[in-house]
Amino acid sequence: MTFKEKAKIMDEGAVQKALTRISHEILEKNKETKNLAIVGIRYRGEFLARRIVENIKKISGSSVPIGILDITLYRDDLTEVAEQPQVHETHIDFDISDKNIVLVDDVLYTGRTIRCALDEIIDFGRPVRIQLAVLIDRGHREFPIRADFVGKNVPTSLKEAIEVRLKESDGKDEVVICEKDDR
Amino acid sequence: MTKKTVWTKKDLLGLEYLTAEEIELILDTTRSFKEVSTRKVKKVPTLRGKTIVSLFFEPSTRTRVSFELAAKRLSADTVGITAGTSSILKGETLKDAAKNIEAMNVDVVILRHSTSGAPHLLAKAIEPSVINAGDGAHEHPTQGLLDIFTMREKKGSLKGLKVSIIGDIAHSRVARSNIWGLKKLGADVTVCGPSTLIPLEIEKMGVRVTNDLDEAIKSADVLNVLRIQLERQKKALFPSIREYINLFGVNKERLKNAKKDILIMHPGPINRGIELTPDVADSEYSVILEQVTNGIAVRMAILFLVTGATGGSPREGRKK
Repeated sequence: MTFKEKAKIMDEGAVQKALTRISHEILEKNKETKNLAIVGIRYRGEFLARRIVENIKKISGSSVPIGILDITLYRDDLTEVAEQPQVHETHIDFDISDKNIVLVDDVLYTGRTIRCALDEIIDFGRPVRIQLAVLIDRGHREFPIRADFVGKNVPTSLKEAIEVRLKESDGKDEVVICEKDDR
Repeated sequence: MTKKTVWTKKDLLGLEYLTAEEIELILDTTRSFKEVSTRKVKKVPTLRGKTIVSLFFEPSTRTRVSFELAAKRLSADTVGITAGTSSILKGETLKDAAKNIEAMNVDVVILRHSTSGAPHLLAKAIEPSVINAGDGAHEHPTQGLLDIFTMREKKGSLKGLKVSIIGDIAHSRVARSNIWGLKKLGADVTVCGPSTLIPLEIEKMGVRVTNDLDEAIKSADVLNVLRIQLERQKKALFPSIREYINLFGVNKERLKNAKKDILIMHPGPINRGIELTPDVADSEYSVILEQVTNGIAVRMAILFLVTGATGGSPREGRKK
């Protein structure tokens, strides 16, 4: 199945502004950074998380710990996927107990990834609160999960796909909407 | 973003049958699984609902416990059967025993057997994945993999790495798995031991043979010291234990000529004072206990890969 690009919905400036706003909102909602920690979901969530941590440092002057989650081992479709996904490391080298965790991912869609991430985080300890920040919320939830911080809400059809491209992994920052090419 | 090697094999029978890419995939997967064992909750739900049976026809503590912990940390259910307590002594054949286990809808069978090739026989006979946990003097793939993983972790790359395997090469499945894997990944392998314990034509596997321990130590980045299997010594394969210690025992004195960052490895259990002196076994060069830690991660990776394998020729008629 191939996808053809339909429209660019965010460019570099828009991605940057959205992340700056999300960083401010995280600080506003959590008041202090003392117990704050940012956890990105591999892959692109990790890069977004790093940028948010940097923004928070610029705005508030304090460094908050960052963690990286690889949710492969918690997936609920391992027996159904066509190819065994590659497993990568999870890095959380701080105690998450009593922390306010902000999970970061690029696109929020069915909510299944977030379900995995929540299960995995809870295996590391008992955080006070877990919040969710995403760059794009495209709807079509299959679980009762919502984001606390959203870069952009993008109503989509199931035939469409959202592609987030970031400098760290793809050479440039942009978000495009693609459509299934049926031909 | 990452190189794409897809695991397609139903079974893990030996390193002989794997490509360099497949071995690399196992090693990369192992690195990720290693982290799980450092968590407070050392368990992930990945293999929930899978059943794993370990069938051990030879005594083993380390390998059996390591496999069992690996399975449990992946949330699989495990049953262990050891020869002493099973009906194999009532005259049931290996194949019948395995067919019965298969009939209980098991997903993975881990087999240790004194006959070389026993896991291959099983792999053909039954649908569950078969993992070789040591067959005769043939292969012990998970030990080979954990040795290679430990070397890669400590030394970065296997390419051009000089590994000397010391001791009873002839009876050692660990040696054979090491040689297959190391050669595929580009290491230089030397085997060293009494001539009676070096198999004829071992050079055909691409290794160098020497009977001079000092020479084997001098050039080596890694010494993988094998256990002298005292139980086999009834056949008098060398004149005396004392002579063996004098000629092939690794001690501090002999290590004076070694590279400063040499790694000392041993598959365990150690005969202290025979193949290794205690001061070497406990020295800063020794990574023997790290090998044990890595063993669990390697076995987790293997269980994950074989239970999720798809496509590929060796996996026909796999149930969904």
